[in-house]
Amino acid sequence: MPLLDVAGLRVAFGDHEVVHGISLRIRPGECVAIVGESGSGKSVTARALLGMAGAGARTRSDRLRVLGRELGSASERTWRDVRGRQVGLILQDALVSLDPLRPIGREIDDPLRIHERMPPAARRARVLGLLARVGMPDPEFAAGRRSGELSGGLRQRALIASALALDPPLVIADEPTTALDVSVQARILSLLDEIREAGTGILLISHDLAVVSRLADRILVTRHGEVIEDGTADDVLRSPREPYTRALIAAVPTERPRGTALAVATSAPAAIPGPPPTGVPIATGSDAPERPPLLRFDRVAKGFSVPGGRLLAVDDVSLALRPGETLGLVGESGSGKTTVARLALGLTAPDSGVVLLDGEAWSSRPERERRPMRRRIGAIYQDALSSFDPRWSVGRILADAASVGARGTGRPAPRVEDLLDQVGLVASVARRRPLNLSGGQRQRVAIARALAAEPDVLICDEPVSALDVTIQAQILDLLDRLQRRRGLAMLFISHDLGVVRHMSDHVAVMRAGRIVESGGTEAVFAEPRHPYTAQLVADAPRLTP
Amino acid sequence: MSELELRQTTVEASAEHLGPRRRRMPRAGTVLAVAFVAFLAVATVAPSLVWTQDPNRIAAADAFESPSLAHWFGTDESGRDVYSRVIAGTASSLLIGVSATLIGLALGLVLGVLASFGGRVLDFGVGRVIEVLFAFPGLLLALLVIVVAGPGPVTATIAVGLSTAPGYARIIRGQLVGIRSSHYVEAARVLGHSPGRILARHLLPNALVPLFVLATLGVGQAIVWAAALSYLGLGAQPPAAEWGAMLAAGRTYLPTAPWLTVFPGLMIVGTTIATTMLGRALTRRGREGR
Amino acid sequence: MLAAGAVFVMWAVATLTFFAIRLIPGDPAEAILGGPGSQASQEALDQVRRDYGLDQPLLVQYLAMLARLVTGDLGTSYALRTPVADLLGGQLGGTMLLAVLALLVAWILALGLSLWSTGRARVAAAVGEGIELTAAALPHFWLAAVLIAIFSTGLDWFPPIATGTPAGLVLPVATLAIPLAGFLAQVMRESLLDALQQPFVVSARARGENTTGLRLRHTIRHASLPAISLSGWALGWLLSGAVVVETIFAMPGLGRTLLQAVTLRDVPVVTGVVLLVALVYVVMTVVTDVASRLADPRLRQEGAR
Repeated sequence: MPLLDVAGLRVAFGDHEVVHGISLRIRPGECVAIVGESGSGKSVTARALLGMAGAGARTRSDRLRVLGRELGSASERTWRDVRGRQVGLILQDALVSLDPLRPIGREIDDPLRIHERMPPAARRARVLGLLARVGMPDPEFAAGRRSGELSGGLRQRALIASALALDPPLVIADEPTTALDVSVQARILSLLDEIREAGTGILLISHDLAVVSRLADRILVTRHGEVIEDGTADDVLRSPREPYTRALIAAVPTERPRGTALAVATSAPAAIPGPPPTGVPIATGSDAPERPPLLRFDRVAKGFSVPGGRLLAVDDVSLALRPGETLGLVGESGSGKTTVARLALGLTAPDSGVVLLDGEAWSSRPERERRPMRRRIGAIYQDALSSFDPRWSVGRILADAASVGARGTGRPAPRVEDLLDQVGLVASVARRRPLNLSGGQRQRVAIARALAAEPDVLICDEPVSALDVTIQAQILDLLDRLQRRRGLAMLFISHDLGVVRHMSDHVAVMRAGRIVESGGTEAVFAEPRHPYTAQLVADAPRLTP
Repeated sequence: MSELELRQTTVEASAEHLGPRRRRMPRAGTVLAVAFVAFLAVATVAPSLVWTQDPNRIAAADAFESPSLAHWFGTDESGRDVYSRVIAGTASSLLIGVSATLIGLALGLVLGVLASFGGRVLDFGVGRVIEVLFAFPGLLLALLVIVVAGPGPVTATIAVGLSTAPGYARIIRGQLVGIRSSHYVEAARVLGHSPGRILARHLLPNALVPLFVLATLGVGQAIVWAAALSYLGLGAQPPAAEWGAMLAAGRTYLPTAPWLTVFPGLMIVGTTIATTMLGRALTRRGREGR
Repeated sequence: MLAAGAVFVMWAVATLTFFAIRLIPGDPAEAILGGPGSQASQEALDQVRRDYGLDQPLLVQYLAMLARLVTGDLGTSYALRTPVADLLGGQLGGTMLLAVLALLVAWILALGLSLWSTGRARVAAAVGEGIELTAAALPHFWLAAVLIAIFSTGLDWFPPIATGTPAGLVLPVATLAIPLAGFLAQVMRESLLDALQQPFVVSARARGENTTGLRLRHTIRHASLPAISLSGWALGWLLSGAVVVETIFAMPGLGRTLLQAVTLRDVPVVTGVVLLVALVYVVMTVVTDVASRLADPRLRQEGAR
């Protein structure tokens, strides 16, 4: 008997249907994954399977059976009995998915208290046992902590423990590892794998094919609330039938060398229009090391005061970025990547060492002298929306940036239409406000703004982390194309090894403020010398059919 | 925290929670609020258009009449029409409220700008000054000012303005610091724009709209405080048709003629509610990206 | 750290008040002897100046005041010729009782209203919002009059002036509590709505928690947080409101004493009340700070960072 047997599940908010008849089955010890980008209806589906699609939602189904019991028209009371006892739910980011005001021990205890008549001492023992089972060091101590007092990985374990409290036969995991560092992600995925090995059925919801490929037996690809492809993980990943699935797979940058386009028009046939064949070196890249660096960090250090001392966010960092070349900077959260970006942009001054721009002093200049030089360095950020004045239209934003380039060089300012055109946006976007654009469009506008002043160097700080994978692919392709056309030097900062590997000629791996390893991208990734790099590479999710 | 900050945060929050539904349709409450404020504006500029008789016409025979069709709000001890007197009092009540708001806002602006642009030392100093002023809660600072300068409508206005200033200062400082450390100001710096241009193009325009909302909210509070001072006999004095003073005059007759108290007070309550709703509507419009 | 801040604020309040009072035009000695019209003799004036230390240089007077304050001596009333500390000491209790009762009642009203009106149909939400908005707009002096008109003159349930009995406290407490409840309910409802949208609510429901359990074990804590941190402000606001309420209900207390002292320009009494209220406010701020940190571990972490 399948743990979960759903046919023709539809969810509508008012007249607007967002899930159009999804069907799936999960057997004990099986992991079924629903993969899709934002707006694919995957999270609503997950909640509908717990009878919690939300206020104002109408859920219909031909069949909705949990452990053989039909729940299609179940009362809230029946659903409450199912939740936590028969189906557990794991959400993204335990910082907010566990009540920040309650100790995690109490949160894990909740299902026991609600569903079982157990003496407090037995519940307490059970909670500690659960914490141990999910690999929490020192369960006694952890049970008394609140989610904010634990690290991201540990609190995610606590969240998993709370879903497993009553050993439900089925667990729904909605983006369980999103926003975690890769090393933590790898460990959480192995924990989920252990749970599955123990016989629990898992419904895994994710936007990330690489994560899914690690765990799933079956994969359902959803788009706009419909399942467009459904098959075993092997079949879907190795021989996808649908163009959209192919596009999704192609968009994952892992191990795809520089110069290969990631984005595929979803209507295009199987062949990926990837111009240069695999592994062709880029002419402007590493074969011209004798060119003087445009941007140079020379033994730069920068610290911040924290209670009880000083935290060195950047510790003795030396970097060189040459014209036409991309330097990838990779590291986990808190490694000091963003501080490097701010130092490069001259937004913060180093405590020691210097940053040089085109051989001239950059970090050591007074702001007044630095200002005229600023147009030579452009920047794009992770959150494009917040980098735009909310009162300004796209046209005004771009015209403002273009005037800077014109002022510095005497060239005529580029026209807004041309700026939009080169990032693949139509001219009418100029009249709109960034708030009303999609994430991908906003990032395109941000790129257009950065290029409007015709810079020589572009600093990209996590430019695609907030985007869906197919959009990410388009933006990466765009950046790559623009860089070639203009011979830009690019400092590309990301936590995503795949993205960095795809984009960079050279790469520097950062950990706790220090560069632990650097060199040519393929050399570093293929044969990492430093154990930390090796671990990162090993932990990085990749498509493993 | 001050009363003003409280009003402001709840306004921000309510705008956030209202969500996008019925986007283009103004809410019924907003329409009513606008109508009420428009009525107050007419009563201020041309009271004779909306009053039913001369507010100072004394008719001893008509004293203490309860509300009726002839006298909507009843009559007072001299037989004067309370409705007409309330209308006549609009101008002075609003004048006190608006002037006090402007004084508070101006002082708050000076302190807020000093704190957010004057460097660390000034920021610290202004922060402490604001903290100390908060230790005179509510009307206390106003009462202290009146002890020093003596009672009267002008002192009361200044006193209310002074006692609301720390609230304005803290909000304005917070907003300016927020805008200054925003990503879009940083993006303008990265482009190489000068501080003057950033100030003119980003900081001021973005700070202005919230300032307007703030003033809208502050007027309600200022009117209530000024009326409280008048009521205590420290602001406008009873013969004047100011709402607080009318309330004070009606106090003696509360058991027999409650309408002398009820109606001027209703005007104060109505004004406060209307300005708060207006502030909410403005914030909401700002949120929805105009 | 908190205590140092509190001491600084108290010193600054005392200093500010001391020098503000010196701005009053006219001779304080004359004020003590009944104002400029009293035609006091030169000897009497000199005597008063010596008694009150007014013949000393300003700085000496200031330091003497600080020294007296540290020992709890607030000076002597001009009008009543009694030590201010004794005068106020007898009245602090009544005013604090009034304020604390009002704070409690406001808390209960606000919590009830916000719990009732959130997470419900739009009508209930709109009604709740309307009640809060109106309550927060009610001036004390008017609300008191309306309550008296209804519950004393009309229904004769409660006395119109404070009688010292529990029944006499009902209307004054209600007058202070209702507008405050409006403010608190607005804040509570917003944070309740915020909390209800958090993912942890989904997690809790997915464990089988019902609506009541959700409110009792989760959202109510989140709703209470801002209201806790507001309680310091609220108490100060209530003490300021006590000026009006005590006057209307003819209750003995700090507020009424302050108003009389303001009218008579009895400087030591005004200074004394201001300092006392500032002290209560400052202490309450420290208390609510600590309480907020206890209730919200996130604040503790921020403090440590």
